[in-house]
Amino acid sequence: MNTISPSAPLATGRWRPSLQWLQGRLQVGRGLVASVPTLWLGLFFLIPFAVVLKISLAETAIAVPPYSALFDWDGAVANLSLNLGNYRFLFEDSLYLDAYLNSIKVAAISTLITLIVAYPMAFMIARSSPGRRVVLLSLVILPFWTSFLLRVYAWMGFLKKNGIINDLLLSLGIIDQPLTMLQTDFAVYLGIIYTYLPFMILPLYSTLEKLDDSLLEAAEDLGCRPLQRFWLVIVPLSLPGIVAGCLLVFIPAVGEFVIPALLGSSDTLMIGRVLWDEFFLNRDWPMASAVAILMLFFLVVPIMLLRNAQGRKEEAA
Amino acid sequence: MMRNPGYMKASAWLGFIFLYAPIVSLIVYSFNESKLVTVWGGFSFKWYAELLQNDQIIDAAMVSLRVAVISATLAVVLGTLAGFCLSRFGRFRGRLALSGMITAPLVMPEVITGLSLLLLFVALEGMFGWPAGRGTTTVIIAHTTFCMAYVAVIVQSRLASLDESLEEAAMDLGAHPSSLFFLVTLPLIAPALISGWLLSFTLSLDDLVIASFVSGPGNSTLPMVIFSKVRLGVTPEINALATLMILVVALGVLAAAWQMRRQARRAPAA
Repeated sequence: MNTISPSAPLATGRWRPSLQWLQGRLQVGRGLVASVPTLWLGLFFLIPFAVVLKISLAETAIAVPPYSALFDWDGAVANLSLNLGNYRFLFEDSLYLDAYLNSIKVAAISTLITLIVAYPMAFMIARSSPGRRVVLLSLVILPFWTSFLLRVYAWMGFLKKNGIINDLLLSLGIIDQPLTMLQTDFAVYLGIIYTYLPFMILPLYSTLEKLDDSLLEAAEDLGCRPLQRFWLVIVPLSLPGIVAGCLLVFIPAVGEFVIPALLGSSDTLMIGRVLWDEFFLNRDWPMASAVAILMLFFLVVPIMLLRNAQGRKEEAA
Repeated sequence: MMRNPGYMKASAWLGFIFLYAPIVSLIVYSFNESKLVTVWGGFSFKWYAELLQNDQIIDAAMVSLRVAVISATLAVVLGTLAGFCLSRFGRFRGRLALSGMITAPLVMPEVITGLSLLLLFVALEGMFGWPAGRGTTTVIIAHTTFCMAYVAVIVQSRLASLDESLEEAAMDLGAHPSSLFFLVTLPLIAPALISGWLLSFTLSLDDLVIASFVSGPGNSTLPMVIFSKVRLGVTPEINALATLMILVVALGVLAAAWQMRRQARRAPAA
């Protein structure tokens, strides 16, 4: 039992703190320690959402800061004016719904392709000798530690009209005219797959590494062909890694801003970019707040529920 | 041991080429005399010299380094406390609130975190006059908040894999809860603290979106300057900057891999 403080003096005759008293003191001490990170997160993580909700109900105003006050005090009467217009606009203008659905589509497709690219890599690393495994794993982790922005920028040089890929294809005579690759949806998919590949490889590797060779041998002895063995034995056993990797890629990809901003065209609608533009280009803080609240309810809350369900399933297993 | 089928191996190597081709191109073209990406104008250090003379980039790099060091340190302190409370305190009041809030920043889109913190800072300034304007302080607060979540996760998983008997022994021997933490638990989880610090440092140094929301004029971080330059097109100075950053990271990862390899070799012998 680690809840009993062992420092109770054993001396008799003098006042002895009761076990309950000691436990109470421990509880108070623990409460104080725990309150530090809790208060920090409360102030800088939870309260901000209340502020966002409040401002999403305000109207845009030409002022500093650029929104109207919800509460009005005209000397005698307090007025509370809630403006639901921002939310009505969210559903009336198809831009927001389209952006939301398109973000989910782009994230889902790129997650699937990332899985297909990552699986053989994770498999090969898991089947290598221990010394080689460390080297290959470091090679996967290395890009993950280098600046994400600079790696996306590197793709701009590859995909441009007079970039490296077009130059190569032209000189080989495969194409006559340079292809338009930058500022297309294709570039956005490529950027997401490239950026989040290590996030997929690492969880896949950690489940594939634990794969028991004797199960594969048993499958072979029982007459399984290699492809059958892959689908019937290896894939089901690595399912936890597949799920974990897909969540790690899908979640940040949905709200992605940098990749569509640098590699996509102005038609590439993604919800993170819409919020950014509302705020920085249109200077419409209330509208940006309403988009944030929409994302929170239709994106973050479902993802958190999914994650919790996944966590509980793993605990039960 | 089962052998890898050939097509698996081939696609894996293609994957590695995919991962490294853009990085290699950045390094190669940072030494290109010509400003055009596809024209090789000869080897030169021209862009490195121009990088060192670019005050805007140097200043932004200084801001970013300062922010990253301070927020990584704060995030390690707060994240360790949170991780320790969650895995060692059993049930306590506020546990649900803390455990809910500590993982939430991990799934929060950056645009939401950035916007919500900015609006909080504006509201706080309106009510209490603090923080007066936006600058490095607000960026540090924002980075600490999202980095501490990562630290807490790392610390929690390290504590979960740790044998509790050492801590129990210390308690049986009469250690005060605070000396138990500082003399027994903390040294045991030191590797987790180091990797948490490094991860926070990298995340802070790399963040564009949150910093763009919460930083003020004259306090642009390095990613903000890179983003605004890159948007206008490819600039060779950025290639030089990227090469320098990749070099530093590669040395760090190589050192870590070498250390891991040594440990992996020693482990079976022990």
